[in-house]
Amino acid sequence: MTALMHSLPPGTVILVGALLAPLVPQRVRQGWLLALPVASFLLFIGLPAGHSVSFHFLGYDLNPVHVDRLSRVWGIIFHIAALLAAVYALHVRDTVQQVTASLYVAAALGAVFAGDLITFFVYWELTAVTSVFLIWASRNRRAYRAGMRYLIVQVGSGVLLLSGTLLHYHTTGSLAFGHLGLGSAAGVLIFLAFGIKCAFPFLHNWLQDAYPEATVTGTVYLSTFTTKLAVYALARAYAGTEILIPIGAAMTAFPIFYAVIENDLRRVLSYSLNNQLGFMVVGIGIGTQLSLNGTAAHAFAHILYKSLLFMSMGAVLHRTGTIKGSELGGLYRSMPLTAVFCMVGAASISAFPLFSGFVSKGMITSAADHGHYAVTMLVLLFASAGVFHHSGIKIPYFAFFSHDSGKRCKEAPLHMLIAMGVTAFLCIAIGVYPKPLYDLLPYPVEFHPYTVPHVVSMLQLLLFAALCFGLLNLVRLYPPELRSVNLDSDWIYRRVLPVFVQSVGRTVTAGRARLTVRAERALGRFLGGVYRHHGPEGIFARTWETGATVLWVALLLAACLIYYYI
Amino acid sequence: MKQDGWWNRLDSPRAGRTAMRILVVICAGLLAADFFYPKHAAFSWEGWFGFYGIYGFLGCVFLVLSAKEMRRIVKRDEDYYDRPDA
Repeated sequence: MTALMHSLPPGTVILVGALLAPLVPQRVRQGWLLALPVASFLLFIGLPAGHSVSFHFLGYDLNPVHVDRLSRVWGIIFHIAALLAAVYALHVRDTVQQVTASLYVAAALGAVFAGDLITFFVYWELTAVTSVFLIWASRNRRAYRAGMRYLIVQVGSGVLLLSGTLLHYHTTGSLAFGHLGLGSAAGVLIFLAFGIKCAFPFLHNWLQDAYPEATVTGTVYLSTFTTKLAVYALARAYAGTEILIPIGAAMTAFPIFYAVIENDLRRVLSYSLNNQLGFMVVGIGIGTQLSLNGTAAHAFAHILYKSLLFMSMGAVLHRTGTIKGSELGGLYRSMPLTAVFCMVGAASISAFPLFSGFVSKGMITSAADHGHYAVTMLVLLFASAGVFHHSGIKIPYFAFFSHDSGKRCKEAPLHMLIAMGVTAFLCIAIGVYPKPLYDLLPYPVEFHPYTVPHVVSMLQLLLFAALCFGLLNLVRLYPPELRSVNLDSDWIYRRVLPVFVQSVGRTVTAGRARLTVRAERALGRFLGGVYRHHGPEGIFARTWETGATVLWVALLLAACLIYYYI
Repeated sequence: MKQDGWWNRLDSPRAGRTAMRILVVICAGLLAADFFYPKHAAFSWEGWFGFYGIYGFLGCVFLVLSAKEMRRIVKRDEDYYDRPDA
């Protein structure tokens, strides 16, 4: 029995359990949904690194379960995040969300342990089609349209992945999901597929477009799985691909400008999510043991603090009905615990000493330092100061302090507080005692985060950034929160393309009308001619005498003969 | 909790000014700390006095002011994408 369970991909328990969930009565369904990630984790944790299951199917060698030290890190954190999100979502009674959230978790887990590209593709697409329901579950027009755009982009990424996979199989004869590199067309296609889900610059906007439209609990799920699965895939297939360094550096820098002026606080978090992915991508690009460890550690820490931040903003949205910075402020009175948890998340994402981001991001910057990537280093430092600015200060400040909005509401529900409390505890625990996390990493760790230069330099960077925020706010130079929408690359497909298509459509319609008129006239003339010759009065409608007919036939035959003779 | 207790004044301008004063003191302390430890710099600028503090400060001034300028170009009304002519 155990052997059978071990031969199934991790996450299968959640997959089956989610499909059965609608049959479980609502009273006990909450317990059922909590039990799924726990059961799955207990089964998964028994699998040793190196565990692999493969079989031959329709002429292909498939390897649906492949556990190694890299995939184990993601397996563990995905299980933890799934359980925390399930606790946070205990109040949800919507069967669609309950089922699709668990299916989404199962798909992400399946993908992490896929040893071949076909299996990986199947789970990759499954994450897309299950997660979109968490956006649609908001059940409004905006969410429906954002979900549609999200689905198109995600499925598009899947199409690229499948074409790359088939091309790769055709040229190499292998389906194994290992290092690919950019040396072949297949490698480039798959790189683009991963790049879309990892929100590379210009391929990123589906994230900021869709995540803030999802439900309160849906965004917590979304923030964890899709993008970090893409980071995992890049780490597996493109470690050491140098182009990832400038791509990652750009990802850390450009979203923070948007984050500063964005009003929807969950969208601010989506921009900072994008910025944090940049650090991980840089780590993959550098490709040393230290930097890859850094990427894995940062993904682990990031999933926790990002969930925590989205949970706290979700709680604010849940209680006040809005998440716009321009309408919030002074909420610390009503939601003091949520405010504290939010600040723990903020300190963690900002990489304050004693919080999780410090011990994980430090590995990546240290790897950039060792590799003498001067420009990258400067960009990463700028982005670190910037992320503190908008996620570390702006989010808690505008939601919980700033000017009092007059809103008075209840503190977040107990289950949300428990989920946030445990997540906050983990963020601090990792920051204070990083050894258990370091022991999980793919390579042996010889990194000491708590050195005097590292602590002092990071504190200088962050506190001077805070000083800047304070001063600019004091002299009223800080851009106020305004009800607005900011154009990003989604403008191209939400505005330019539709306008273009509509103008082409109008031209075609107008042209078709003119063409139709002309065609009708021409047809009229033609039919008139036919009528003249073949109509009742027409020359071809007369009855001819037999003799005349014979004469005509004879003349025609003669003409034929002469023609052939010539 | 009392209506006029410290708890209710955390978002007042005065609390903001107090926080700023504390921050300035801490920042000064952090700059001073630079004198007291040896730096092993991979890049020369890492060894400069107060580099991280100054870089963080200037970086954020640049970030905020350029984001503000960026607003002129990218900012639209909230219902920009929802209008029927979109």
